[in-house]
Amino acid sequence: MFRPTKDGGVSVWLSAGEAELLRTLVVPVMDLLAGDRERESGQGGSGETRGETLGETPAEAAVFDELERLFDDSVPDAPEDPVLARLLPDAYQDDPKAAGEFRKYTESSLREAKKYFAQTMLDTLPASGGRVKLTSDQARDWMRALNDVRLSFGVRLEVTEDFEEQLAALDPEDPRFAAFEVYGWLGAVQESLVQALTR
Amino acid sequence: MSVAPAEVDLPRSADETVPDKPWVTIVWNDPVNLMSYVTYVFEHVFGYPRPKAEKLMLDVHHKGKAVVASGTREAMEHNVEVLHGYGLWATVRQD
Repeated sequence: MFRPTKDGGVSVWLSAGEAELLRTLVVPVMDLLAGDRERESGQGGSGETRGETLGETPAEAAVFDELERLFDDSVPDAPEDPVLARLLPDAYQDDPKAAGEFRKYTESSLREAKKYFAQTMLDTLPASGGRVKLTSDQARDWMRALNDVRLSFGVRLEVTEDFEEQLAALDPEDPRFAAFEVYGWLGAVQESLVQALTR
Repeated sequence: MSVAPAEVDLPRSADETVPDKPWVTIVWNDPVNLMSYVTYVFEHVFGYPRPKAEKLMLDVHHKGKAVVASGTREAMEHNVEVLHGYGLWATVRQD
């Protein structure tokens, strides 16, 4: 699949179906990361939009939102959605207060970073298949975006380290069968990308 | 022009000679991340040579977790942020 290029990047040929599949898989992860924090946690609070009633420009509104966040004494909990909780994990295991503090200052930038990696993938996927050439930076974005897709599948499918056995034991009529196969394919794609970058 | 201030012996604070207990970055095992990928991340993020990155990856895999770096709390929190960007399950702890 992936091959290293002379300039330190990688290249890969994707069929139209593969490109379309990757697009289809990345978009929901982006949407999940873009979700509204207050709405997800069901805590309400400072989530209401101010904006136009005060005649603020978007830039001003962003500054006010940032200040509001900095002066807000409360700290956020881990996301309730298990996939989001895996994509944005607690940084402290047995210290909810430290975990909340860390989350308060880093979660939004982590979400932005992950959305950026996914966007790189969407921007470089050929519309109807073909050869994809990636710089080393773009290749690392792909690697992380692919990993986030695999993590979300892994959580939803409750994948274990014995994935091959799980797949073998699954009835082909099982509604999860296709998802397990896609998960396996994504692993092969990512493995090939890592190998091409390592060589 | 100015002259350099005379050197003064500042009183040393009590904790200056006793280094703080180091903070560590821990990576936990998970069933999704590929072994090759985790090795790549350790090499790329920490600049570890391949054998060290592989040993740490295997420690995570077999022991369930491994300390992958130690230092100041700020540096460890930065590590964790970067590792979360790569999708690794990482935490900070004072050793």
